Amino acid sequence: MMLYEYALQPFVDYGFMRRALAACAALAVGGAPLGVFLVLRRMALAGDAMSHAILPGVSLAFLCFGLSLEAMTLGGLLAGLAVAFAAGAVTRLTPLKEDASFTGTYLLSLAAGVLIISVHGSSIDLMHVLFGNVLAVGRESLLLVTSIATVSLLTLAAMYRSLIVECFDPGYLRAAGGNGAAMHQLFLGLVVLNLVAAFQALGTLMALGIMVLPAIASRLWSRDIDGAIALSIFFGLCSATIGLLLSYHYGLPSGPAIVLVAGLLYVISVLFGRQGGIAGRFFRERHYAA
Amino acid sequence: MGDGIAMSAAVTLDNVTISYNRHPAVHHVSGTFEAGSLTAVAGPNGAGKSTLLKGIAGILSPDEGHISIKGATRKRIAYLPQAAELQRDFPMTVLHMIVTGYWQKTGGTGAITAAMREQASEALAAVGLRGFEKRPLSGLSAGQFQRALFARLLLQDAALMLLDEPFAAIDADTTAQLMDIILRWHQENRTVICVLHDFEQIKKYFPQCLLLARECIAWDSSAKALQPEHLLGARFFHDNWNAAPNLCERAV
Repeated sequence: MMLYEYALQPFVDYGFMRRALAACAALAVGGAPLGVFLVLRRMALAGDAMSHAILPGVSLAFLCFGLSLEAMTLGGLLAGLAVAFAAGAVTRLTPLKEDASFTGTYLLSLAAGVLIISVHGSSIDLMHVLFGNVLAVGRESLLLVTSIATVSLLTLAAMYRSLIVECFDPGYLRAAGGNGAAMHQLFLGLVVLNLVAAFQALGTLMALGIMVLPAIASRLWSRDIDGAIALSIFFGLCSATIGLLLSYHYGLPSGPAIVLVAGLLYVISVLFGRQGGIAGRFFRERHYAA
Repeated sequence: MGDGIAMSAAVTLDNVTISYNRHPAVHHVSGTFEAGSLTAVAGPNGAGKSTLLKGIAGILSPDEGHISIKGATRKRIAYLPQAAELQRDFPMTVLHMIVTGYWQKTGGTGAITAAMREQASEALAAVGLRGFEKRPLSGLSAGQFQRALFARLLLQDAALMLLDEPFAAIDADTTAQLMDIILRWHQENRTVICVLHDFEQIKKYFPQCLLLARECIAWDSSAKALQPEHLLGARFFHDNWNAAPNLCERAV
């Protein structure tokens, strides 16, 4: 009974907890596969850049239209896509590598966002945009989050093989007549879309957490992409559920609680992961005969 | 593998120049790889061999001149990059990697049929990797990885094969086995262009040879192309690297 009261009753009794769980589950399922590809492409930090890039769009929309979900989502989406595409263009057209071009464009965007908020907004608004509030997820935003997760999963399924070949052997894809550059941009578009979905619940600073932390952790357990994706979804769902319960029982802000649980899973994986975890260095298993 | 005799393709280079930062890596090269020919591309480091292959594969575009391919659409070209350009620890199984060779049939979304899987297993056996289907790529040695890439080429069933140093860091047995596969492609009337460094190997197996040192030094039967005076001419081509050279004024 203890377990029931602790782990299930909050979701049975309160609609806001159910909505929060549904929203976070959608974020985990939609975002985790993208996170796996971000890690595979060595772009985990570029994901961070994009999550910051969303800020000026959201804050500008907030100033112009108030606390309107549609306006803030659209603003964040436009700012994020602008940065992703500008960085992509700089990478393609100049000798700068992807990390440099992403850093250049997102800093511009972030500075603009902080400027807008500090000149026109109060600090409470800033806190809301930066950290989000998963427990205030309404029907409308739940619908938005689940729609985005559905669209991004279907799109990813359609481009799955192209994206893997583009990661492994871009020259081969180009020679075979595939369009790797378009796949890459579409993928970045999906990442921005999911970050915008997550910013409402988790805030711009935490949005990347539920996408990338489970993905990084899963790479330490799985040797193939399918396995890593399945595991990262599972890690994401665990983080969301446990994080929400901790937040409910101990009065913690939900976004950081969820990301911290994901972070704990990451630390455990780094220590004990079967594929290259640190413990493996000390407890070497007996080798096979062949 | 393949379906018996393949349609072959001829590649014609018409005064082709390909450059990096305006410095030509391939400089005013003209000539034809005949349909069904087996040609080695030789030359010192930095002679533009890989650049030329990338130009033919459509990965780089010429600054000047024109590369035309007759008898094959772009989809019927197979290109094997230098192994160093790939991530050898990529989290994928051998089978999943080689079935990407079916790209021209499946595209990004088409199904991999049971027949294709079976053919893929046969291709693995043909390159000496029987039973390696579920092995992760990270578990392969450099030579085994190269064999796996050849298995992918077998599945591609291409009319034009572009191979960039396929035997770098490969032991003698593996080299002999992979060479047999190349000779079979030649018998099947596919056009094969292969970057190589081993002159003895070229003379023994390759009827044609293009000796490249940024410019075309010789393009002939291998015995003629690899004459001592040609090799000497190719050796010292980039002794004086010039950071600010004059513009090339050669008449086109």
